[in-house]
Amino acid sequence: MTTKLLTALLLGTSILGSAGMASAADVTLNIESWRGDDLSIWKDKLIPAFEAKNPGIKVVFAPSAPTEYDAALGAKLAAGSAGDLITCRPFDKSLELYKKGNLADLSALPGMENFSPVAKSAWQTDDGKASFCVPMASVIHGFIYNKDAFDKLGIKVPTTRDEFFAALDKIKADGTYIPMAMGTKDLWEAATMGYQNIGPNYWKGEDGRAALIKGDQKLTDKDWVAPYEELAKWKPYLGDGFEAQTYPDSQNLFTLGRAAIYPAGSWEIGLFNTQAQFKMGAFPPPVEKAGDTCYISDHTDIGMGLNAASKNADAAKTFLSWVASPDFATIYANALPGFFSLNSAPVKMADPLAQEFVSWRGKCKSTIRSTYQILSRGTPNLENETWVESANVINGTDTPEAAAKKLQTGLDSWYKPAK
Amino acid sequence: MAADIRPKRPFRWHIGIFLAPAVLVYTAIMILPLAGTLQLSLFRNIEQHQIFVGLDNFRTLFGDPNWSVNFWNALRNNVWFFIIHMLVQNPIGVMLAALLSSPRLRFAAFYRTAIFVPTILSFVIVGFAWKLILSPLWGVAPHMMDLVGLKSFFTPWLGKEQYALTALSLISVWQFVGIPMMLIYAALLSIPEEVIEAAECDGITGMSQFWKIKLPLILPSIGIISILTFVGNFNAFDLIYTAQGALAGPNYSTDILGTFLYRAFFGFQLQVGDPNMGAAIATMMFLIILGGVCVYLFLVQTRLRRYQF
Repeated sequence: MTTKLLTALLLGTSILGSAGMASAADVTLNIESWRGDDLSIWKDKLIPAFEAKNPGIKVVFAPSAPTEYDAALGAKLAAGSAGDLITCRPFDKSLELYKKGNLADLSALPGMENFSPVAKSAWQTDDGKASFCVPMASVIHGFIYNKDAFDKLGIKVPTTRDEFFAALDKIKADGTYIPMAMGTKDLWEAATMGYQNIGPNYWKGEDGRAALIKGDQKLTDKDWVAPYEELAKWKPYLGDGFEAQTYPDSQNLFTLGRAAIYPAGSWEIGLFNTQAQFKMGAFPPPVEKAGDTCYISDHTDIGMGLNAASKNADAAKTFLSWVASPDFATIYANALPGFFSLNSAPVKMADPLAQEFVSWRGKCKSTIRSTYQILSRGTPNLENETWVESANVINGTDTPEAAAKKLQTGLDSWYKPAK
Repeated sequence: MAADIRPKRPFRWHIGIFLAPAVLVYTAIMILPLAGTLQLSLFRNIEQHQIFVGLDNFRTLFGDPNWSVNFWNALRNNVWFFIIHMLVQNPIGVMLAALLSSPRLRFAAFYRTAIFVPTILSFVIVGFAWKLILSPLWGVAPHMMDLVGLKSFFTPWLGKEQYALTALSLISVWQFVGIPMMLIYAALLSIPEEVIEAAECDGITGMSQFWKIKLPLILPSIGIISILTFVGNFNAFDLIYTAQGALAGPNYSTDILGTFLYRAFFGFQLQVGDPNMGAAIATMMFLIILGGVCVYLFLVQTRLRRYQF
């Protein structure tokens, strides 16, 4: 009942919405996206740059709310009212759309050769034969810190875990700042900025992730439980009432200068640059001993595909080829510091914080979030359960071992690794 | 059979014609989608084809611990949500209505409007406003409790497993207390003066007048309110979704049938939606509500005495 209603509503709004812009000869391309924050960048920078080179093609960026994007997009695609260009979530969400025939095969698109196989892996069939989205950007996890606070308290940027906790203790003892800005109310902070941020150092990045998919390692193994043990230790350093602290609360706590360290994703850079009145720096997740190989989560996050039902497929392909070009990569990476281009061509970035993040690609090994590829296909969904359990571990509701056991039991119930 | 005896009357077309608009609209927007949902719950998507599987989806829902644990948890939470409404919202509604209908109360119209206003607010506003009020960081609640020396009783209610659901239920009560109040208020006003006067002649005034005369007369309205509360609560979704998100945290402690249905039907983040399992949950919700309404209709309403004036 509800889908039908939703479909009808969406159909209604899309008809009303598109009625206004049916102009004469120009082809108008609509972009579906969840990145409402980027509206001005698309409108003021990217679209004019494209339209100047391609007269006759008009592009409209029409985002919806992140939490509603997938459901709304699915309903729009089913109703045939979705835009020509579709911003792709990584992995299964988009793979599902491709399998249903909603996304067109783009393997032969001019410009796809600009991307490495790793970059394309998030939007390929399991056998790697067909690519269906142009990779746009990845995000890197780490910690952003308040440089002024660190200078005032005389704290060096921590590189090892002991230094990290020593720094937290020092900030807590001083009392001016909340040591770490993170809440567990929205759950995903705990999982994404917590578990997936510090985890790769424990499970050794891609090695551990591949072993987990192959079934050689389990979530109950030491390497996978240890990040939870560290998360449990974060609790005393979080602000008062962190259980009800939401993601925007955490962002505000940090940008208002009330917290010293923010477990971050690089996508925060743009917002923080405009809001924070103090100097910021960033450091990668600390390793156990100085000199250990570091691993970072460099997560393929966003791509763009072609709606297979688009009536303007040729114009849309022209646009996608431009998205795959170094031109786009340069504008995008600079307009949105923190979203790092996946283009093989090196991109010059002006923002120092973004440069710091991207410099880790050189000294650490990159991996993607462990739960995203293949492992979140069944019920219970490993990614969602990881959100819930990460928050439980920090809240103290579950011990690290109990959380890991729940996750592994859930995974075992549907996932049989290929032997 | 009666028709055989009586002379044949022309077929009364106008009845059908007058009924048609309502029947057609109701069928198109209520009955067909409902039937569609029931049908969807009997199928399963296997390799992009909808295959008829009988009651297999329900077997999964109740037999597979990955589903059944969540289902029973959601149902339990939903029952608690309903109990809070019945114990808090409706008695307060009746009490407010009784106070409002007192002829000596000044500014009655103002109070009536003020108490009813939250009902017409959007869930999004209510959820967001209360999230802010109760926020441990910038909320007014910790500050105001501090002023009266109760700071030590403040905890981040919406983030604690043991309090979150009760807190949300009370927020919902705050929002909807106007509805029972209005219905009871109307029922109280419709009690004829003669009845009240007769009671006064017999020396029944004040509180005992309310308990002995007015309350029995408004019992049918209270019954209607109970059933509206029941249906509303078991269909609830919006408030939890706006305040706690689709995962109904912490640790699923605020998960009710509506949010459980939403996750199953539309999916969430990496979880791909499964409309068939979603429809199975929707069917269970329909059956639960149908069962509750039937119990009310056949066991309660038939026993309520109605007074004709």
